[in-house]
Amino acid sequence: MNTTFGTYLRRRSIQRKIGIFLGYGVLTFFSAVFLIPFLWSLSASLKNLLQVYAIPPVWIPKPFHWDNYVKIFKLLPLLRFFWNTIVITTLSLIGQVFSASLVAYAFARLRWPLRDFFFFILLSTMMLPTQVTLIPQFMLYQYLGWMDTYLPLIVPHFLGISAFSIFLLRQFFKSIPLELEEAARIDGSSLFRTFWTIILPLSKPALATIVILTFIGKWNEFMPPLIYLQTFEKFPVSLGINMFKDVYMALPHYIMATSMVALVPILVLFFVAQKYFVKGIMLSGLKG
Amino acid sequence: MRIKRINRLRLKEALSGYLFVSPWLVGFFGLTFGPMVFSLYLGFSRWNFHEPMSAMKFIGLGNYKEIFLHDPLFWKALYNTAYYSFFAIPTGIIFALFLAMLLNQKLRGISVFRTIFYVPALVTGVATVVLWQWILNPDFGVLNGLLKMIGIHGPAWLFDPVWTKPALIIMHLWGVGTTMLIFLAGLQNIPTHLYEVADLDGANGRQKFFHVTLPMLTPTIFFNLVMAIIGAFQVFTVVYILAGDGGPDNSLLFYVLYLYQKAFVEFNMGYASALAWILFAILFGLTLLVFRSSSLWVYYEGEKR
Repeated sequence: MNTTFGTYLRRRSIQRKIGIFLGYGVLTFFSAVFLIPFLWSLSASLKNLLQVYAIPPVWIPKPFHWDNYVKIFKLLPLLRFFWNTIVITTLSLIGQVFSASLVAYAFARLRWPLRDFFFFILLSTMMLPTQVTLIPQFMLYQYLGWMDTYLPLIVPHFLGISAFSIFLLRQFFKSIPLELEEAARIDGSSLFRTFWTIILPLSKPALATIVILTFIGKWNEFMPPLIYLQTFEKFPVSLGINMFKDVYMALPHYIMATSMVALVPILVLFFVAQKYFVKGIMLSGLKG
Repeated sequence: MRIKRINRLRLKEALSGYLFVSPWLVGFFGLTFGPMVFSLYLGFSRWNFHEPMSAMKFIGLGNYKEIFLHDPLFWKALYNTAYYSFFAIPTGIIFALFLAMLLNQKLRGISVFRTIFYVPALVTGVATVVLWQWILNPDFGVLNGLLKMIGIHGPAWLFDPVWTKPALIIMHLWGVGTTMLIFLAGLQNIPTHLYEVADLDGANGRQKFFHVTLPMLTPTIFFNLVMAIIGAFQVFTVVYILAGDGGPDNSLLFYVLYLYQKAFVEFNMGYASALAWILFAILFGLTLLVFRSSSLWVYYEGEKR
């Protein structure tokens, strides 16, 4: 009896070890699949012209051409592009957080005529593809004289353009106990003060989600700047690389180096705030 | 006196409500509703952006007739987009779920793998498309290099109209990390006691997957499916960068790329507006279909049956 149980336990433990081994094996295989494009590009970015065009492809550059990374900064104003992207992203983020939270608060807590009607409208706009409004918006910005400025890229975020952000925050605000606000209100705090000092600090997880989703979207944004910006010096990174790619088509090692550099800031930010990124995206799915 | 006070408070709250919501109201009327109405009208008009507004001519269903009856490129773009969606959406969802299940194991260091799997989705932008363009190069790219190692002569990918869309689907699968994270959240939300009960009943892994995991995950699948449909039909950046002109034999002329060409290359604003409304109708129909069907396959825990 005792020995059979012992064998059983031993068998279970062997099975578990095989399971763990297999688990790591599969995980490692897929890690390789996901990483190879990056590693390959990193390797390509350090080659000279002869080696990029080698058949069969070589993995290890010989010698390592770190100077490629110096040259690209001379070939195009990369730092300027980064600065532009940072300006556009930051201002959009401020607008998004500000407008979405105010609007969400009105939908979550305040009673005003037509509120439920407008909430239904808000939800409906989530289904609307941006292409439907794109052309009249383009004409409007042209009329306002906003062409070749950042205004068309930023201002909509101050006007609650992201229905999803508003919805997410509204759901979150609704989950905050009413008593907290009521206490503050009785103490004579104004509505805006209550919102600012009680609701917002309690909503950090939801706000973090919105900041992260908006940040990823804005940092990678391509079509709007493509449509609205003409002056080279005003380009964000995305447009800059695209243009560089077309001009230096025959020099892939430089193009790879540029792309690698373009990935650095968002990767650094991700690793610094990884917890928030992962949690934020997970939350967006659960609330949606 | 009291009633008056209450009324005053109500009025004050209503005013505050409108004040708080005013940014969105301005945005909604100025950037969504107004443009929608105008775009609907434009769809029934002939007008080029370079002409004065007074040249705008109402032509009824003219644009729509032209699109459906005499525009082979529209059908090509629709076909390409549908082809891509048909393969990219299901494979993307299955692959993302598979990865999420791999990450849902209780193993040491699992968060490192989670990061590696997610990072491609984080950086999907121009830079990664440019990387892939080189990876997919038939002669000097790493993909065909690796295929050669296992004895396969790789196709010409972005140069061969048959292989351009499969190449795009591969890129899509590589960047499926967001969907994967949402699945992971869904998996972690499944109460463990369900698995314990299944264990007591002697269920094997396959049974547990089909009778516990999958049903409990249907709301997440639903969410991801809707997002994937919307995303697939609006693919633009990738195809624009890889083939702004539509690629070999127009095999990468996707719907929104075609719309972009009509609107911002030809500046044929009436025609492009009509295209936008057709896209809206397609997306609306598809999402309605998914929503309607959801009562058949989506399981909500709180729901009474």
